[in-house]
Amino acid sequence: MKYWRVPLDSDEILVEKGIIHIIENRCKGCGYCIEYCPQHVLVFSDTFNAKGYHLPTVNTDDCLNCHYCEFLCPEFAIFSIAAEP
Amino acid sequence: MPSVNKTFQADKHPLEDLLRVDRLPHIWCPGCGIGSVFSACLRSIKNSGIDYNNFAMVSGIGCSGRGAGYINIDSFHTTHGRAIPFATGIKLANPDINVIVFSGDGDLCAIGGNHLIHAARRNMDITVICVNNLIYGMTGGQVAATTPHMYRSSTTAAGNPESPFNLPLLAYAAGATYIARWTMLHSRDVSDAVSEAIGRKGFSFIEVLSPCPINFGRRNKEKSLDTLRMYHEKSIIKNNATPAELDIEYGKSIVLGKFIDIQKPTYSENYSRVHNPNDE
Ligand code: SF4
Ligand code: SF4
Ligand code: SF4
Repeated sequence: MKYWRVPLDSDEILVEKGIIHIIENRCKGCGYCIEYCPQHVLVFSDTFNAKGYHLPTVNTDDCLNCHYCEFLCPEFAIFSIAAEP
Repeated sequence: MPSVNKTFQADKHPLEDLLRVDRLPHIWCPGCGIGSVFSACLRSIKNSGIDYNNFAMVSGIGCSGRGAGYINIDSFHTTHGRAIPFATGIKLANPDINVIVFSGDGDLCAIGGNHLIHAARRNMDITVICVNNLIYGMTGGQVAATTPHMYRSSTTAAGNPESPFNLPLLAYAAGATYIARWTMLHSRDVSDAVSEAIGRKGFSFIEVLSPCPINFGRRNKEKSLDTLRMYHEKSIIKNNATPAELDIEYGKSIVLGKFIDIQKPTYSENYSRVHNPNDE
C-alpha cells in the first residue's frame, strides 16, 4: 500500500483488507464508487451489464474495507467484506 | 494481477434483509442521490438493533416518495404531501413504533408544508428525512419551493426569480427539536443523524441535499459528479449554526451540520398530562 508518510508503527498495526463484491445487474454506472474511493481501488471496466451500464471493477490490491463505496452507491450494487487476515 | 479482482453475481448486500430485492433495480435515474440517502437511512435502522417490527416508514409522492416501496418492513406510500399526518396517526395509535418519514422537498415542504410546520409545532415524536434535490423531479423538473434563486428549471428557463425556503429555518421557527442538514456525499453523517433521531424523543427534521442530474443538473449544466464535487468543495460544516444563516444561494457555500438538538415535551406526553393525569 502507498503511504504519503509511513507511520512509525506501521509494522505493528494490522491494516484491514477488503474484498469488493459487485452485484452487476443493479449497477447503473454512475461512477460514484470509482470517484470517491479514497484508495483509488476501482476503475470502469470494459464490460457492460444486461442494461448496458458500464460496471466498476477492482484494479488494485489496496482496498481497506472502509465501506465508503458501499455507503455511497445509490443502487445497493457494491459492498466490501473484510478479507481473512 | 490484483488478488481481489473478483465480482460475484449472487452475493448478498449487507442491507439485503431490509430491501424488497425483487423490486430492484429501483426507479431512480443513474446518478440520482436518493438511493444513497435511502441506503444511509436503512443502515441506521439496521444499526439501531431495534426489532424491525418496531419501525414503520411513510413516504409521500415523488421520486423520493418511492422510498417506502423498497423497504422490507411496514411501510406506507401515501397521497401527495400527506406523509406526516399519516405518520402522526401511526405514532398516536402505537407509540412504541419508531416512525420514519422518507420523502422529498416538494412533497414535505410545498404541498405538505402545512403538515410539516404543525407536526413540528406539536413536537410529534417522528423522524422526518427530507431529500432535497431542489426541484420537482418526477413531474418534469418544474421550479420548486426549494429551487435557489436564478437556477433554471423547466418552468423558469431564464432563472428562478423567487427566493427558496431555508428549510432548517422553517423547521426551527415551527418548533422542531432536532434539525440537521447534510448532503448524500456525507453518508456517515446522514446515518449518524438518523440514528440520533431514532434514539431521541420529539420531532426530528433531517434535510439531505441530493443531486437530480436528470431534471435539475441537466438544465443547470451540472453532471451528477459535478454536483458531488460542489458538495465537497462548497460545503462548510458548522454545528449549532444560527438557522437564519442557512440559505442556499447560487454559487455560495452551503452550511451543513447539526443545528438544533433540544428537549421539549412531545405531543403524546402533553396529551397524556392533560387527559390521563393519573397515569404518571
Ligand atoms: S471499501 Fe473503501 S477502499 Fe475499498 S473499494 Fe470501497 S471505498 Fe475503496
Ligand atoms: S456507485 Fe453503485 S451504481 Fe454507481 S457505478 Fe458504483 S456500483 Fe455502479
Ligand atoms: S428525476 Fe431526478 S430526483 Fe427523480 S429519480 Fe431522476 S434524478 Fe432522481
